[in-house]
Amino acid sequence: MARRRLRGERMKVLAMTSAVSFSKVSRHFGAVRAVDAVDLVIEPGEFFAMLGPSGSGKTTCLRLIAGFEQPTSGHIEIFGETAEGVPPYRRNVNTVFQDYALFPHMNILDNVAYGLMVKGVSKAERHRLADEALALVKLPGYGARKPGQLSGGQRQRVALARSLVNKPKVLLLDEPLGALDLKLREQMQEELKSLQRKLGITFIFVTHDQGEALSMADRVAVFSEGRIVQAGSPQEIYNRPRTRFVADFVGSSNVITPDAMAKLGGERKWASLRPEAIALAGEGVEARVKATSFLGSATRVSVQAGETALSVMVPAGHPVPEADAMVRLSWKPSDVHYMEGEA
Amino acid sequence: MSEVAATSILPKTDGPLGRLSDLFWRRPGLLLLLMLLPPLLWLGIIYVGSLIALLLQSFFAIDDFSGLVVYEITLDTYKQLLIPANFDIILRTILMAAAVTVASAALGFPIAYYAARYATGKWKAVFYLGVMLPLWSSYLVKVYAWKLILAKEGILTWIFEKLHLSWLLDAVLALPVIGGNSLSISYIGTFLVFVYIWLPYMILPTQAALERVPGNLIEASSDLGATPGQTFRTVLLPLALPGLIAGSIFTFSLTLGDYIIPQIIGSSRLFIGQAVYTQQGTAGNVPLAAAFSVVPIVIMGVYLWAAKRMGAFNAL
Repeated sequence: MARRRLRGERMKVLAMTSAVSFSKVSRHFGAVRAVDAVDLVIEPGEFFAMLGPSGSGKTTCLRLIAGFEQPTSGHIEIFGETAEGVPPYRRNVNTVFQDYALFPHMNILDNVAYGLMVKGVSKAERHRLADEALALVKLPGYGARKPGQLSGGQRQRVALARSLVNKPKVLLLDEPLGALDLKLREQMQEELKSLQRKLGITFIFVTHDQGEALSMADRVAVFSEGRIVQAGSPQEIYNRPRTRFVADFVGSSNVITPDAMAKLGGERKWASLRPEAIALAGEGVEARVKATSFLGSATRVSVQAGETALSVMVPAGHPVPEADAMVRLSWKPSDVHYMEGEA
Repeated sequence: MSEVAATSILPKTDGPLGRLSDLFWRRPGLLLLLMLLPPLLWLGIIYVGSLIALLLQSFFAIDDFSGLVVYEITLDTYKQLLIPANFDIILRTILMAAAVTVASAALGFPIAYYAARYATGKWKAVFYLGVMLPLWSSYLVKVYAWKLILAKEGILTWIFEKLHLSWLLDAVLALPVIGGNSLSISYIGTFLVFVYIWLPYMILPTQAALERVPGNLIEASSDLGATPGQTFRTVLLPLALPGLIAGSIFTFSLTLGDYIIPQIIGSSRLFIGQAVYTQQGTAGNVPLAAAFSVVPIVIMGVYLWAAKRMGAFNAL
């Protein structure tokens, strides 16, 4: 009875604890504010993406969680425990490095078993677990090879297995798909996603590829200049960007200045309008077609409406206008999103 | 006409130099051969040739009465190496070379590690200068300078005196075998000077090897739960081992062959190099000198073979 109550209480505590929380965390390198007063809460079991251009502080945030960097100020908690001053080897957090960082002098099995080896797990046991982990990432029987004998995609999987074998509470992935070609990327995106669902581990994923972030993550934080500009679900980020930066970076959205928006019949505010929300029909604004580019499933049409350049996505099967043709544009007023983060 | 030539896609070769470069372009092997021939001749005839001549000499023996070399193949000279007086020389040299190598590695590794992982810009230049500077001055000058430093009336004794640590120096010198009347005439002195003279040859290859270890491997190891000590043993050391082995080949073989340092600093007991020097010079026993010279070659061969067997070059 008492035990059950205790367990119930623990469950409650666990349910309340976030996987990772940043409060006012800064990391400065001299005068450079790599991470600047970031507040962030990542829930257990979440697939969280940190999205931003290079130098926006997302990788530094990841390194702060891994323990390779210490915050200049602020407070980091990992599953409710203070992380400052805790070295990387005492954190139940594992990283998949951008260039995989496999140990070149060890074979694949010993690479995967490394984390268990340093914890003193017996040879037979750690090799069995490493074999299991290799099977999990669909590389069974590769244990005897050396990292140099594998392709980029295979090395990526080994790096993943090497982290997962330690059963981390949080898995950090630093642009893990950056070095792969397109086909392999798409395949790995799906596999990572299903792996994360299967294992229920919190994944934190750094990328500069907005498509990757939107397609894989439960929640996305968009970084710019050491700060989080917007955090939310992929739909929120895509449909309702808070600032011009987010609209520019995340989507191919049309960003419209307040003046232009007023002329186009809207409010005098910064706005974004998705290319696929614009139709080349109806009785709307007149525009001249500047160029078209065929994308396969759709055709992107660049048009000039007065002083405003817009891009319009015409789905396959619909008629595509010629360059220099005059067209009329229309959209639903509800598709216009006014950016509250812009003055 | 000239306009046609200027706009032609395949302009004609001009001059003998142009034709020569065309020839080399068509036959890259020819250029390679021309480049390699002089050094190959040098190494092949002068170096390997004299080595073979030396090896041959060691299979002859000297006639005890006439003192002349008898040109008959025999192993008698090698047997002479095993008589206690000669065998002691070999053992003494190997032990000294091993001690010097271990000490150089222990001293050199932290310096190389700092230079490879921490030093940047100006400090890297300071490192290279600091390591190389001693190599710019004459070896003899350095050895004689050390003789003055280590002498009984030298600066080291004086420093120990001023620090009221003379008892420590006396205790060290009172050690059996390696001690002596003063540092400059003891094995300790010989050892110190050997380490000083050969240390750069250990630091430089070790530093080069450490520099090639990517920093993210160290981070990955730590990330996977390895303490700094474990990371050192399982990642850093194995990857730096080829450099350490390369350095140890230098320190070991240079100590094995040196005959000047133990002659100037140390007890009067002989090392291999001195034995070779005496045997081929004053004693006029060239076969025994040759047999002595073969010893370091054999030892280095065995050492390299053992290092390879232990996987020292796997990370290459």
